[in-house]
Amino acid sequence: MPRTFHLNKGFNLPLAGRALLEECKINQPDSFAIKPSDFKGLVQPKLLVSVGENVKSGSPLFYDKGNEDVLFVAPVSGEISEIIRGERRKIIEIRILADKKIEYKGFKKYSKAEINNITRAEAVATLTASGVWPSFIQRPFGVVANPSDEPSAIYISAFDSSPCAPDMAYLMRGKEEVFQLGIDVLNKLVKGNIHLSLDATEIPSVFSGIEDVEIHKFSGPHPVGNVGIQIHHIKPIGKNDKVWTIDPLSVARIGTLFLEGIYDATKLIAITGSEVIHPHYVKTYSGACLDKLLANNLKETNLRCISGNVLTGEHVGVRGYLGHFHNQISVIPEGDEEEFLGWMLPSFKKLSFHKAFGLFSFLNPKKEKVLDTNTNGEQRNFTISGAFEKILPMDILPTYLFKSIISNDYDEMEALGIYEVIEEDVALCEYIDVSKNDIQAIVRKGIELIRNS
Amino acid sequence: MKLLQNLFDNIKPHVEKGAKYEKLHTLYEGHRTIFFKPSLTTGPTGVQVKDAADLKRVMFTVIVALIPCLLFGMWNVGHQHFLATGVFDATFLSKFLLGAGQVLPILIVSYGVGLGVEFTFCVIRNHPIEEGFLVTGILIPLVMPATIPLWQVAVATAFGVIIAKEVFGGTGMNILNVALTSRAFLYFAYPSQIAGDMVWTYLGDEVAVDGFSGATLLSYGAAAAANGTEMMADLGGHWYAGMFDFWNLFLGIIPGSIGETSVLMCLIGAAILVFTGVGSWKIILSVFGGAWVMGMIYNLSGANSFMLMPAHYHLVVGGLAFGAVFMATDPVSAAQTEMGKWIYGFMIGVLTVIIRISNPAYPEGIMLAILFMNVFAPLIDYYVVEAHKKRRLKRATI
Repeated sequence: MPRTFHLNKGFNLPLAGRALLEECKINQPDSFAIKPSDFKGLVQPKLLVSVGENVKSGSPLFYDKGNEDVLFVAPVSGEISEIIRGERRKIIEIRILADKKIEYKGFKKYSKAEINNITRAEAVATLTASGVWPSFIQRPFGVVANPSDEPSAIYISAFDSSPCAPDMAYLMRGKEEVFQLGIDVLNKLVKGNIHLSLDATEIPSVFSGIEDVEIHKFSGPHPVGNVGIQIHHIKPIGKNDKVWTIDPLSVARIGTLFLEGIYDATKLIAITGSEVIHPHYVKTYSGACLDKLLANNLKETNLRCISGNVLTGEHVGVRGYLGHFHNQISVIPEGDEEEFLGWMLPSFKKLSFHKAFGLFSFLNPKKEKVLDTNTNGEQRNFTISGAFEKILPMDILPTYLFKSIISNDYDEMEALGIYEVIEEDVALCEYIDVSKNDIQAIVRKGIELIRNS
Repeated sequence: MKLLQNLFDNIKPHVEKGAKYEKLHTLYEGHRTIFFKPSLTTGPTGVQVKDAADLKRVMFTVIVALIPCLLFGMWNVGHQHFLATGVFDATFLSKFLLGAGQVLPILIVSYGVGLGVEFTFCVIRNHPIEEGFLVTGILIPLVMPATIPLWQVAVATAFGVIIAKEVFGGTGMNILNVALTSRAFLYFAYPSQIAGDMVWTYLGDEVAVDGFSGATLLSYGAAAAANGTEMMADLGGHWYAGMFDFWNLFLGIIPGSIGETSVLMCLIGAAILVFTGVGSWKIILSVFGGAWVMGMIYNLSGANSFMLMPAHYHLVVGGLAFGAVFMATDPVSAAQTEMGKWIYGFMIGVLTVIIRISNPAYPEGIMLAILFMNVFAPLIDYYVVEAHKKRRLKRATI
């Protein structure tokens, strides 16, 4: 019998521009890129290709010095067109000029019966060599999992509650079989159970017949769909625990890998946000350049194109590239203009979690809003108390945790719950902070301090 | 608007880094951000949109909540003046104008001096102008008697802003409530202008009616306790019949500090603060609760007639309501954990009544109680957080 968790704390951002459930044909982008910065916890990426080389989908591009078995692979076939480096020659992007027709590097195919009989070592070898491994994220710390660890559990969140999030059931259409195969492979890796958390309000058919998983149901406002929040309620982790998380699409990709022997980087992307003329879904590959995905579909204003959602995404620009873990592009107006007495005048248009003077969005919390990128104020010291506590559905004192990180107090961080959070879990705290601090960056700093201690 | 923007744009080159007046940059930014919400945008990573509320708006909400107390205070200063001088047919407007004439200069001095100090520190230490003083600047006049000399307001404000706030690093870093520190400074440095029976009613050049006494209910109580008389009977002999009836005390038509007398106005302010989520209802409620419980305990002991004063009178006299709603809830100096807020508020209420009744030197206790608990708030939070950590640890090892 699945357990149902009702969370009360949180906040849904009613952002305008949710994608309609329809897939539109587009011209595929020419350029794709893989960004090492999408993968947390890498020590030092080492290139395996050079400019001008031809690669297939699934060919390794780089590995990490900290874990040489795990390969990071090309999402498409084509020619390495550029390698962008930053300070101290850090690799920023590896760009591929894509072939018209994608060629796949072949991996070993398995029948369903064979999958049931493979050993853990064989499964790990296939997963690490084929580029799907970096989708395993280890908690604590939210870093790429280490293949030599045996996690006590694997957690999968089957829904996304973030603003204008893509509909997971729509993304997973027709992937029931490969998803189940992926779960079967995952069961070879884990000591304990695989936990699948579903949206209690609506259970899509794609997840209803899945076997060999422990089902949990969650309801409530965002961040209820964050896997970290779900773990906290299912079985909280501590200092010596190690669990892994993975998203449903990557599980399906693992299934495809074993069944068909290819690294299938295709994905549906939700094009969302108030500045998109026609919000819808498009099919492309991981790491796609945004330009063709958004072509002829943007309003002519001062825009910001974000890979991911507006809480945890990255401002990449219209010529930027889709992040590895993102299934969504958000396009919102830039807010780089002054507003006369904007800090004081009453408004029904502005969205606020607080009910401070003149902010009336609480009267109609579901009304869709156009939000721009203005910070709505300057950075200040932490001043008010109790707000973060109202929005984070975890048994954690967020203000004290953030302050312990700022003051580099390792013991406090440990005791107050640094092992249980990653950036996405505190993104709403950053959104509502009236003192406008960069809380996700603070939390990442804390995680790195503890990891390196 | 364009005009104003152009004006700022013209000033900008003179205060930018490397320009002649670069030291004044924070002042320039501070003023520009008062007129215009800045054009800052979110960074490339982290949240891409931010909540519409900022600290300026939060502080402004507190100012809105204080306006009923301020306006009532102005009227009441005039009203008490005319009562004491025997003019019973004064109009509403004349009372209000007379009161405003007394109160506004105090308000202007408080803001002028406070902002002056704030600006000076911003320039010297190169930190942005912070919003905290917007509220402090109005709180200080409201806890002063209308007869306070303006130079004392100036000295007290400067003392409060420098010693209670700036030396700790500005808004958000202070330990004590800034406005109460200013008041406490005057209380101990110049007691004759902020304590006693003669400061609460503004008489001006006029002569009070026969039998007039400026004593507050609490000084009646202290006198009754000292002389062994019956306090409630003494009140009956007040020069103005009905002055200290419960509902008159609740409405606040009594002598006292400018903004603190009316419980009704404080409750309106409390409603605004609680509804907007800016003030903690837990603190407000527990201050009242603590005062009432301690009042009941004194009732039970009943060693003198002051102790026998009905417990609910404690809630409507002195500055308890104003302190509970506007001072104890200051989020920086109050306890910050939810459990801590209950303890902190309750202890403020308890201490206030103890000081009122058992300490002959100080007739009113809310100011000292809040400052005392400000100092203890981090300790309360420390134990609440330790208990939280213990519980978390237990949970993790199961």
